[in-house]
Amino acid sequence: MVDRSSPPLSGTSLVLRLAAIAVVVGAVAGAFAYVNGTFDPQRLTPKKLVNVLETNNGVHPGFRRNHAKGVCVIGHFESSGEARSYSTAQVFNEARTPVVGRFALPAGSPYAPDGAVPIRSLALRFTQANGQQWRTGMNSMPVFPVGTPEAFYQFQQALSPLPATGKPDPAAVPAFFASHPETAPFLAWVKTAKPSASYVTENYNSVNAFYLVNATGQKQAVRWNMVPVAKDAPGAMAPQGSDYLEKDLVQRIATGPLRWQLMITLANPGDPTNDASKPWPEGRKVINAGTLVLESTQPQLDGECRDINYDPLVLPAGIEGSDDPLLAARSAGYANSYLRRTSEVSQLPAAKQEAQQ
Amino acid sequence: MSAQPNHFAPLARLLHWLMALMIIAMLFIGAGMVASVSERHEWLIHLHKPLGVAILLLVIVRLAVRFSTRQPPLPADLPGWQVLAAKASHVLLYVLMLVLPLLGWAMISASGEPVMLGSSLQLPSIMPANASLFAFLRKAHGYLAYLLFLTVLVHLAAALFHGWVRRDGVLDSMLRGKDRG
Repeated sequence: MVDRSSPPLSGTSLVLRLAAIAVVVGAVAGAFAYVNGTFDPQRLTPKKLVNVLETNNGVHPGFRRNHAKGVCVIGHFESSGEARSYSTAQVFNEARTPVVGRFALPAGSPYAPDGAVPIRSLALRFTQANGQQWRTGMNSMPVFPVGTPEAFYQFQQALSPLPATGKPDPAAVPAFFASHPETAPFLAWVKTAKPSASYVTENYNSVNAFYLVNATGQKQAVRWNMVPVAKDAPGAMAPQGSDYLEKDLVQRIATGPLRWQLMITLANPGDPTNDASKPWPEGRKVINAGTLVLESTQPQLDGECRDINYDPLVLPAGIEGSDDPLLAARSAGYANSYLRRTSEVSQLPAAKQEAQQ
Repeated sequence: MSAQPNHFAPLARLLHWLMALMIIAMLFIGAGMVASVSERHEWLIHLHKPLGVAILLLVIVRLAVRFSTRQPPLPADLPGWQVLAAKASHVLLYVLMLVLPLLGWAMISASGEPVMLGSSLQLPSIMPANASLFAFLRKAHGYLAYLLFLTVLVHLAAALFHGWVRRDGVLDSMLRGKDRG
């Protein structure tokens, strides 16, 4: 074959050419490092969000980094057909859709006492006949304390223990609330909120806004509530002890299925979809999309809900995320937490013994 | 006129440059999305999945083209270690192009999430839902993506070394379709 080698380069020319190659390769590598955040330590990343939760709550291998204490529930959803004209999602069109859910305490430790926070959460995964899924993580509060992931991160930082004392700075949280007026609706609610005695009597709110999309492509902004059919007796109080919620749930479900109505609130034009800290005004149209029926429970350590990441952006055709910035942050943060805890599954049995001590 | 071609076949060149663009874009999309909590995270993921499947389909076509066309030989005076590095890095590139999309598909399957390429287009799961398996596949996907990025950088540096320092026709064989002189 023909030897296509060219005459040798002069020393200077060789150095210049090698330098040019280094510049090109360095530029590509630099652009990559820019994109992955290496040059931007201020950028809020999923890793930082989950790290601050670990700083505040400790690391409990194998458990969720937030809402760590919970219990799996199995059941189904019975559509009323009322949401059909707003969304093509099969869950609203089929009579029954199977559900795997999880009740939890919004705290970072799997051993937190049930009275530690006045909030309870319910996460659900609906599996449609066509294989698509709807995952939602709801909380028993009407609004989120803040509207952006950055503010949520700053709030978690205010709760972080100081290296010197091992305790959070007592002035940090009041200072955070003072500098974040958007927390006012949440603070007004939390003032009257008491830790409930049961998961079963709580109202669970999507908090974030979504869109229902119908067959003609029309989008309707919505938030939804799972409204319990069971009501507490007047004056019902949370019992003594720290683990009453799961026991109560198991007892109640043993006597028959538990039900919630899926109430979907339709936004008026102009209602904020991008700020979960703002409630929508009263008087919005509400439709009853159907009934959630929960039939049995499973322990979270080996139940079906354990390995489900209740990412609120896993949605079927006919439901879409809104422009609420918390949605993408939840999705990104949950994915990071999910990788951490699924890497630690083998450490869970030890945690089981720890819990029994 | 030599019996060996001086250039890659036109279809091979088209696939090379098209996939070069897609793979670089894919690596940047992946690095950006795991480092973001903003809406960017969402729309990057929605690009990442269909683009990954497109790369998987194209690499199959590309391997078929590779094995059915003749490649220009490396220069006869290329040192042995560089010949070895060239061959090994090309095998690595092909393997990673094929394996990374499959790992992405497999890891979503193992997470129990439906593998969606858009709001309604769903691929079958290729792995059973399993937490430990997911964690393994997800990490492999991440580490091998970094390995692919490093290999692409080495490939780029070597191509420019051939074109600017050795000036031995290797870079030209992928750039131009016609023999010069």
